[in-house]
Amino acid sequence: MEATELRTFAIDNHLFRCIQCGKCAASCPMGFKTILNPRKLVYQALVAGEFDPKAHQELWDCTTCFTCSIRCPKEVDPGNMVIQLRSLLVQDGRIPGTLTTALKSIFERGNPLVMPARDRGAWVGDLDVKHLDDGADVFYFVCCTTSYDMRAQKVAQALVKLFNVAGVDFGILGEAERCCGSEVRRLGEQGEDSLFESLVEEWGEEMADYSYQRMVTTSPHCYDVFKHHYPMNGREVLHYTQYLAQLIQDGKLQFTNKIERRVTYHDPCYLGKQNGVYDEPRAVLKALPGLKLVEMDRSREKSLCCEGGGGRVWVEDPNPEKKLAAWRIDEALGVGAEVIATACPFCMQMLEDAVRTAGAQDKIKVLDVAELAAEAL
Amino acid sequence: MTEQPSRKPATLIIGAGISGIQAALDLADAGYQVHLVEKEPSVGGRMSQLDKTFPTLDCSACILTPKMVDVGRHPNIELLTYSEVEAVTPTPGGYRVSIREKSRYVDMEKCTGCGLCAANCRMKGRIVGQHDAGMGKRSAIYVPFPQAVPLKYTVDPQACLFLTRGVCGKTFLCVDACPAGAIDWEMKDQMIEREVQAVIIATGFDPVDAHLKPELGYGSYPEVITGLEFERLVSSSGPTMGKVMIGDKVPQDIVFIHCVGSRDRTIGHPWCSRVCCMYTAKQAHLVHEKIPNARVTVLYMDIRAFGKGFEEFYDRVREEGAVYRRGNPAEVLRRNGRVVVRAEDTLLGEFIEVEADMVVLAVGLQPRPDTQRMAGMFGLGLSADGFFQERHHKIFPVETDLPTVFLAGCAQGPKDIPDAVAQAKAAASSALIVMRQAELEAQSLVQIRG
Repeated sequence: MEATELRTFAIDNHLFRCIQCGKCAASCPMGFKTILNPRKLVYQALVAGEFDPKAHQELWDCTTCFTCSIRCPKEVDPGNMVIQLRSLLVQDGRIPGTLTTALKSIFERGNPLVMPARDRGAWVGDLDVKHLDDGADVFYFVCCTTSYDMRAQKVAQALVKLFNVAGVDFGILGEAERCCGSEVRRLGEQGEDSLFESLVEEWGEEMADYSYQRMVTTSPHCYDVFKHHYPMNGREVLHYTQYLAQLIQDGKLQFTNKIERRVTYHDPCYLGKQNGVYDEPRAVLKALPGLKLVEMDRSREKSLCCEGGGGRVWVEDPNPEKKLAAWRIDEALGVGAEVIATACPFCMQMLEDAVRTAGAQDKIKVLDVAELAAEAL
Repeated sequence: MTEQPSRKPATLIIGAGISGIQAALDLADAGYQVHLVEKEPSVGGRMSQLDKTFPTLDCSACILTPKMVDVGRHPNIELLTYSEVEAVTPTPGGYRVSIREKSRYVDMEKCTGCGLCAANCRMKGRIVGQHDAGMGKRSAIYVPFPQAVPLKYTVDPQACLFLTRGVCGKTFLCVDACPAGAIDWEMKDQMIEREVQAVIIATGFDPVDAHLKPELGYGSYPEVITGLEFERLVSSSGPTMGKVMIGDKVPQDIVFIHCVGSRDRTIGHPWCSRVCCMYTAKQAHLVHEKIPNARVTVLYMDIRAFGKGFEEFYDRVREEGAVYRRGNPAEVLRRNGRVVVRAEDTLLGEFIEVEADMVVLAVGLQPRPDTQRMAGMFGLGLSADGFFQERHHKIFPVETDLPTVFLAGCAQGPKDIPDAVAQAKAAASSALIVMRQAELEAQSLVQIRG
């Protein structure tokens, strides 16, 4: 960016508000192991005269947990600045290889995993699930990872079991479901003529034609993007933990099986920090008989990111430093947890990898809140 | 022949902290009547909770107590403690004010302040008191602190076994202990009315609730305390008799965190609270005074040492060995039994983790929760920050949009003690004009009639 362009960028992103206090940099979970430093980036954009995003490969280290933006006392939003800078790289075609594959796959197949669209509903098997074609109270939005990943599919299957027991009238789109575009946005494919923009237009319109009252999502990432960035025409968007907590409160879900395990809960950033949903997942866990919920030191507003957001779940990271998810597993073991529960397919993937890397499969299991709830039925 | 007006003009002052006290003394010394209303059982306000004051290190109680005593016995001051203004009605010459004198369940005429009631209370040492910022425990019958004015006991209706449950053992231990027979369970709130010509609002501030910054661990870690709590810890009249302790340990590594709940738009507090830089510097000094080998780290964003003698004091505190590091901390975590403060040292551009035995949050100042109600009662405006709005920022700094209502102290916005006192004297001066005019008007009416 040349001087004039840079100044416009700084004004548009409210960078002049910054007082260089360092709250963002100190809050950045990646800052401790990479050179990513939102405070410095803001300062350079303000004083350097010109700014070349190509010289800042650390932009790809951002997990888009947005802790920097949430805590910034001057409301600068450095997290969004990072995304804006990524956009400049993306427009230039400068994007890490595996991410290009993911983006291309979303464009061509509606999912980032290079999987055929027709297999998207295969996880259903012989479960009792209807298509949204006939309309339903709840549109269950499954998510790409949950649809295709063998491990994550179990979460969808658990949710279906819970919905059916609670007598929920729900439907899915099966092979017609497409990627929500949350990570597309966070990779920088946003704004005019971007892949995200076209997803919102085409996909948003397509979804609007179905008859349903509320959307319930598996992933906090889908939840976040639908809730804040799609025209939902007045329809409510809920993360499934919010919906389950509601069903429990209304007495529609009762649990009889004892879960005699020590469980800790890992807050997904897109659910907790970014949307303030801290209590509902815990309410579900607390409703399960026998389950002992123990909190890690870093929980709720202080929760440590798993490192999977912002497209990082698809990146082969050459950084030899310990993964954030591995720190998380250490912490869960530290409070004597036998299960680390979470409510996000990315978190689950990152945490399971970390358990395998640590060889801790005998000590701790990664389970989704929905799986624990279904087990307690 | 002229007659003296039958009644002296009077000013209502709401709030008896240092500002209200100072304004009351000035008006009373000038010969006018003051009705000084304080909702707590004693006058003194926030200043009575402080240990030493910056930058001179005067003992807060030593300079405040004489003034408290003076308002307590000034013939022109009617002290209405444990009382609240419930309604004001405009009258041709001012306001008619309805004041609720809450029942203390103790006869003020009889109580000698001996304290035998509190010493014998069944709840002794079990009730968390406000004066010690939640750190000390008292009885259900109490004076907030030993220098209280008036030195009269009050039954805490939220804590007294008899008042909450209708029964307190076989016999009332407090009643049995009281040699003056002062405790009166039949006592009711009294509504009283006063006619006044002017009003000074001096309702003060609240410290910001540190729970609003959950990442800093207040409420989760006992090692993390607020600046006000530190004041009570370090005060010789506080819960530890002036020993700086966390539990039963004397801390060696102490971290101060600036700007907690100030300059922070995320919680709707964009303002600078003006006193935290200096009270932290003072507290850093007191740590070195009390714990000779302590290691003090102060994490700050900017230092504002703008008052008379402030910069010199800040110099002194650093020379005593307090390390100032620039960085607004992200989080306080627990590791290996200690607390760890995570920050970026922005001057080094490096991430730092400072282990600590005690973390003191320099909490800012915010409006009292009843500010809105008070403003509504008079029809006054509030500024964007929620404090009372002065008529003009520069040329009518203590006036309001109402010609006979004035502001003093932190009710108008955060300020230190010298500024609060100066503003109180300005408000008293403004009220004096109203007093004198009322007096002259009364005299001229008498002359016309005569």
